[in-house]
Amino acid sequence: MSEKVLMKGNEALAEAAIMAGCRHYLGYPITPQTEIAAYMAKRMPKVGGTFLQAESEIAAINMVIGVSSAGKRAMTSSSSPGISLKGEGLSYLAGCDLPAFVVNVQRGGPGLGGIQPSQSDYFQAVKGTSHGDYRMLVLAPASVQEMVTMTFKGFDLADKYRMTVMLLADGTMGQMMEPVSLDMGEVTEYDKSWAVTGTNCERSHNIVNSLFLKPEELEKKNFERYEKYRVIEENEVMYEEYMMDDAEYCIVAFGIAARISKNAIDMARAKGIKVGMLRPITLWPFPKKEMRAIADRVKSFISVELSMGQMIEDIRLATECTRPVYLCNRTGGMIMTPEEVLAKIEEASKGGNN
Amino acid sequence: MTKNMLIAGFGGQGILFSGKFLAYEGLLEDKSVSWLPSYGPEMRGGTANCSVIISDTPVGSPIVSNPDILMVMNMPSLDKYEDATVVGGQIFIDSALIDRKVNREDVEAYYIPATKLASDEGLSGLANMIMIGYVIRKTNIIPFENIERALQKVVPASKQHLLDANKKALELGFNYAE
Repeated sequence: MSEKVLMKGNEALAEAAIMAGCRHYLGYPITPQTEIAAYMAKRMPKVGGTFLQAESEIAAINMVIGVSSAGKRAMTSSSSPGISLKGEGLSYLAGCDLPAFVVNVQRGGPGLGGIQPSQSDYFQAVKGTSHGDYRMLVLAPASVQEMVTMTFKGFDLADKYRMTVMLLADGTMGQMMEPVSLDMGEVTEYDKSWAVTGTNCERSHNIVNSLFLKPEELEKKNFERYEKYRVIEENEVMYEEYMMDDAEYCIVAFGIAARISKNAIDMARAKGIKVGMLRPITLWPFPKKEMRAIADRVKSFISVELSMGQMIEDIRLATECTRPVYLCNRTGGMIMTPEEVLAKIEEASKGGNN
Repeated sequence: MTKNMLIAGFGGQGILFSGKFLAYEGLLEDKSVSWLPSYGPEMRGGTANCSVIISDTPVGSPIVSNPDILMVMNMPSLDKYEDATVVGGQIFIDSALIDRKVNREDVEAYYIPATKLASDEGLSGLANMIMIGYVIRKTNIIPFENIERALQKVVPASKQHLLDANKKALELGFNYAE
C-alpha cells in the first residue's frame, strides 16, 4: 500500500495501531480525539478485534491492564482531563512492567479547560502522570505521517521494554488531514512468556502485580526499572534538526509548535538571521546530549510551546544553563502565529533580556 | 508556490467537504497539502471553517491566518476574514447569501450567487461545489480537468450516486459568466 491517502491524524493513528497488531481498543469519548474511537468502532469488528467503550476513562485504562497482562497489544486514548483520570492505571502499568500504548490528544487546561489544541500536559507526560518512581516513553509527532510511524513504533517500544508508551499529540495533529503512507513493514513479535495466559497445569503461575510490601524487594524492582530506563536514554532518543548547520540561535519545539516554528525560521532566514531548530520527537528520553552539544555553538535557545513554559525547564537542565533560553508561548487553546515566533527570534538575535 | 486558502461559512454548507476535495486533488497532483478544520460546538450549527494549503514545498504550519484565497458563504465569515486576507489576495463571495461588497480595494473580489444557482439547477446543497468550480477557474489552484478523480476519493462509497451532481455543480461554477 504505497499510494498516499489523505487522512485525519486521529484516524491515521488508529489505522496504524491496527497495522501494529493491536486488536483491543478500550476508550471513552472526549474532544478532540473522538475520531479515534469512532474509527476503531468501525474497523475493529472487521479485523476480529475488540472495540469497547468503557463506562469511564478509569475503567478503560484498567481494561488495558487486563488485556496487556494476557500478553496482547492494547491501547486507549483520551484528551487531557481524561488522561488525568487514567493516571492511577498508568502507575499500575509501570509497577507491573506491562506494555501499553496510550494516546493523549491534548486540549487546553487546567480543569475541564477548553477543547482547542494545547501542549500543557508536557509535565504530566514526562515528569509524573501519577505516583511512584517511573517513566513513560513519550513520542511527539509533528505530522499525520508521524502520527502513523510513531504509533507503529510505539507499540514496538512498549513490548520491547515492557512499559507504557504515550503518544503526545494535540488537537491540531488529531484534526488535520495530510497525505500519509500506511506502508509500515512487519510487526516484531516479542517473548511474552511472563503473560497470564493459563498454565494448563504444565508450569508454575505467572503473576502480574505491583504490590511489594517488603521495601527491599520494592527498591530492587525500582533499581531494575531505572536500569532499563538508562538503556532507553542511551538508545531510543529521536529528534530532527532543521537548518542547524550554521545556526546561531536554536529553537526547541515539538508537535504543532515545531510546524509553526519552521515557517518562522524560513522568514528569519530570509532576513539573514541564522536560526535553526532542534525538534525532539521523544520528549522522554529528551535529547539532552544533543542539546548540550548545540549549546556550545549557539548564542541562545528559544522554547516555543503551547503552555506557560514547561519544556523550557528541560532545555535549561540539558544545557546546564550555559545559554539564555527565551520563551515564545501561547496557552489555553490559543496558537502562536509564525510572526510571533519571528518576533521572538529577532528579540533573541538582538540579545534582549530573556 | 504555496496557496493558502480559507473556506468559511455555516455548518452544513459543506465547507469542510469542499476543502477536502481541493486538498485531495492537490495530493493527486503530487503537491504537499494540508487540511485543518475548525472543530467544536460551532460544527453543530454555528460557523465552520477550514484551512487548506496546497504547495510545491513541504507545508509548515497548517493554520491559515492570512489567506491568499478566501471563500465565504455567510456574512459573519466575510466580516471576520476580509481584513486578514493578504494584499493582492482573492475573495470569493456567495452573493446570494451576502448582500454587501468587499470594502477593500487591494484585493480581487469575485461574486457568484452560488446558493441561488444551486436551487435553480436542482443542485440544492451543492452551492459549496459551485463556489469551488468558480474558485478553480479564477485561481488555477488545481487543474480542472482532473476533478473527477478527486471527487471519487472524497465522495463516500455510500453516496456515489451524488458524483454526477457534484461534477455538475463544479462545472456550473467553473463556467459561470459574470
